[in-house]
Amino acid sequence: MSNFQLQDGALDEGQLAAELVHAGAGALVGFAGRVRNHHEGRPVLALDYEALDALCRKEGARVLDEALQRFPVMAVRCVHGLGHMEPGDCAVWVGVLAVHRREAFTAASWIIDEVKRRLPIWKCEHYADGTRQWVNCLACAHGTEDSHV
Amino acid sequence: MKLSLRWVALLRDERGLAHEELDWPGGDLAALYAELRKRHGFSLPPERVLVALNEEFAQWTDEPRPGDEVVFLPPVAGG
Repeated sequence: MSNFQLQDGALDEGQLAAELVHAGAGALVGFAGRVRNHHEGRPVLALDYEALDALCRKEGARVLDEALQRFPVMAVRCVHGLGHMEPGDCAVWVGVLAVHRREAFTAASWIIDEVKRRLPIWKCEHYADGTRQWVNCLACAHGTEDSHV
Repeated sequence: MKLSLRWVALLRDERGLAHEELDWPGGDLAALYAELRKRHGFSLPPERVLVALNEEFAQWTDEPRPGDEVVFLPPVAGG
């Protein structure tokens, strides 16, 4: 099983953290990316995530392999949810085990940044006024950055 | 040559299709996107798009071969 996975629907943060165990690890840093109920001042009712599955799995595995090369950590894992989600749902989870906390925080931060920057995943926001929009695509079409971390 | 095109996210909405087979006379991926953008009126300029060939990231200067699968990738928004 790859340490990177795609899953239908929202993630169970507690279960993911409980599964990441090593007796020699003094630190577990888990990052949960949750669906917000607003975007640029507009109420968001729901999101739909989609991925280019095969390429996404390959690139996700590469990110985690690179993290293990870059940082002195013991284990890394990332799961991204796909499909329909609502505010409060956990859409992405990153977990890092290390002997001490500092390298675990650093690696987890690096992994989520790379995941957001590199993985072929898209999200469509559904707003309270009945409209929808692919995030990052409208402003990009006009040549400006629209990155929401 | 026949190419297999898969459309995702905003580009799928703008194309109105998820998959199609295309007859393409040949040339690099930049020329392919330019032609399809002109034909279908895609809003995204090529500098905001990445391209994948047979389930791997590709360069705009790569030239697809018969039967290849091409996917143009709108700006990503994972997380």
